Amino acid sequence: MTSTILRALSPWLLLALLFALAPQAFPSASALTMMSVMGVMIIFALSYNILLGQTGLLSFGHAVYYGLGGFVTIHAMNAIIHAKLNLPAPFLPLIGGLAGLAFGALFGLVSTKRAGIVFSMISLGLGELVSSSSFILRSFFGGEEGITTNRTKLAPFFGHKFGPQIEVYYLVAVWCFVCIVAMYALTRTPFGRMCNAVRDNPERAEFIGYSPRMLRFISFCFAAFFAGVAGGLAVLNFEIMNAQQLGAQQSSLVLVMAYVGGAGFFFGPIIGAVIMTFLQITLSDLTSAWQLYFGLLFIAVVLYAPGGVAGWLMLHAEAARRGELWRLAPAYALIAPAFAAGLIGAVMIVELAHHLFDQALDEGSAMRLFGVDVDAASMAPWLVALLLLGAGIGLGRLLWPRVGDAWGVVAARLNRAAAA
Amino acid sequence: MSAALSLVDLHKSFGLTQIIRGLSLEVAAGERHAIIGPNGAGKSTLFHLISGRLKPTSGEIRLNGERIGGLRPYEINRRGLARSFQVTNIFPKLSVYENLRCAALWSLGHKYSFWTRIEGLRDARARAESLMERIGLTARRDAPAGVLSYAEQRALEIGVTIAGDADVIMLDEPTAGMNNTETEQAVALIRKVTEGKTLVMVEHDMGVVFGLADRISVLVYGQIIACDTPARIRENDAVREAYLGQAGH
Repeated sequence: MTSTILRALSPWLLLALLFALAPQAFPSASALTMMSVMGVMIIFALSYNILLGQTGLLSFGHAVYYGLGGFVTIHAMNAIIHAKLNLPAPFLPLIGGLAGLAFGALFGLVSTKRAGIVFSMISLGLGELVSSSSFILRSFFGGEEGITTNRTKLAPFFGHKFGPQIEVYYLVAVWCFVCIVAMYALTRTPFGRMCNAVRDNPERAEFIGYSPRMLRFISFCFAAFFAGVAGGLAVLNFEIMNAQQLGAQQSSLVLVMAYVGGAGFFFGPIIGAVIMTFLQITLSDLTSAWQLYFGLLFIAVVLYAPGGVAGWLMLHAEAARRGELWRLAPAYALIAPAFAAGLIGAVMIVELAHHLFDQALDEGSAMRLFGVDVDAASMAPWLVALLLLGAGIGLGRLLWPRVGDAWGVVAARLNRAAAA
Repeated sequence: MSAALSLVDLHKSFGLTQIIRGLSLEVAAGERHAIIGPNGAGKSTLFHLISGRLKPTSGEIRLNGERIGGLRPYEINRRGLARSFQVTNIFPKLSVYENLRCAALWSLGHKYSFWTRIEGLRDARARAESLMERIGLTARRDAPAGVLSYAEQRALEIGVTIAGDADVIMLDEPTAGMNNTETEQAVALIRKVTEGKTLVMVEHDMGVVFGLADRISVLVYGQIIACDTPARIRENDAVREAYLGQAGH
């Protein structure tokens, strides 16, 4: 009995330990900031997956609830500071959550009437509506500059004023942990299971006593609540909220996070949020064409790994659990150089093109690429890039059947083992 | 016996085309009633009208005396009527067990509950497990419904239909596409799982119909031309001409 409980709790204890010890492993200020953003984005991406992965609703406007939750939180925070109320920072994300819930209930009444394309289009329309309102209702949204605040002016919480980033990190980590547990628990309820059922076959759900619209509506409200919590935490982290946070770009980002991570698995969006936040912060330091890489990554996942990173990991985890992973190693080792060559070639082309067409007018065509000085206007780097890309694609196509064959053998052995 | 299901002067038109034309029928509680008729007679439309998938143009549908015409399918299901579909209609990505458990949840009162752990619901687990055994899919418990064989999916379809413990069960061509052995097994299953319930069934296999039904209604061009016991229906000249003769029986 005790061992069963321990086994059930062990992933959560590990996660809590990971949250607690991460600052010891990565103590720098930039790492703490990045991990705080990751925590916020994990909640946001998981909230999105209540819609996409659990209920089968593809939303193009989920940032509305993140942003509105954030705006209500920042106004509430400034009012609390002004009125000198004794409400410390850790409770403020709840205000964001309740705001997200209120707006989710309001907009959900309209948008959850139908699923599929109709839902997606309404979510897009509502997203644009709220986003464009932000430039009209300037007193609430603060125009282009947004609204600012100062978290240290809030009442202290057991002596902590959340000035240092480490305190903010732990605040985000606690909220992130609680939200992950809550959202996971939600999937393990009758409501959560029926969300899966209505995702798979809404008509059948209707003939076993459930209103698909009501299921979609409740699911939408939960997603909006957790998105609002994420928005409230973002306010505490950044001390600013602007219209960009509820726009189409933020809505696209959360979709990409959930999809790249793997919307079919509960932990997929967590992986997606971590990867995309890491890439967003590190890539934007390396290249100003970073958004292009996001797009390319998204296309690559949609085409070649529709289950996302989590799907890919689970596939390999099953092979590893059965001791079959080594059978894939030779094929992977063969194709890895081709993959690397193709990737380097593609990155070179993107960077050369970006420099030549965007930056060369101001800075000249000379640039530094992978530590080498090159001239983007000369033929040589382009030829090398095209050669690498061509070789990568050619070799990849030539060797890919080997990977397919290796997987065929592994899949057959896994099926035999499962049948046995 | 009181009527579990009664239809009074039911009409359904799509534009100018009348599909159901003044149909009246009473099915007694506990009766096994089959509806037969040639293709295009309106059998599936009639099923859709009773189960709420379509709204009648006029007329009355009563379930245990309560008017249900025009209600949504989930509202009708909650009042005690469940149906299966001609084309298998299950939750393909959910496991066999999960299909049955989900189908039982509403009737057990768990509704939209997001505060109880589903694994802790003993009643839902017991019902799903007992159903799995009755439909012979216990060995396939964790298999996704989408990968089951056709006969297994049809059995699951019946399982999902009866999981809510509805009083009135409607089966739309439950043995369609099955071979003789599978049909025999399906008939035995239907007989077992609908014991004590009212059964309304559309079926093309006359062996199944005459073996299972207490009464048979013959539907031709949206009207019932005969409604009687299997023996009398077999001897009815109008029926033989309109339907059975065509079917070669």
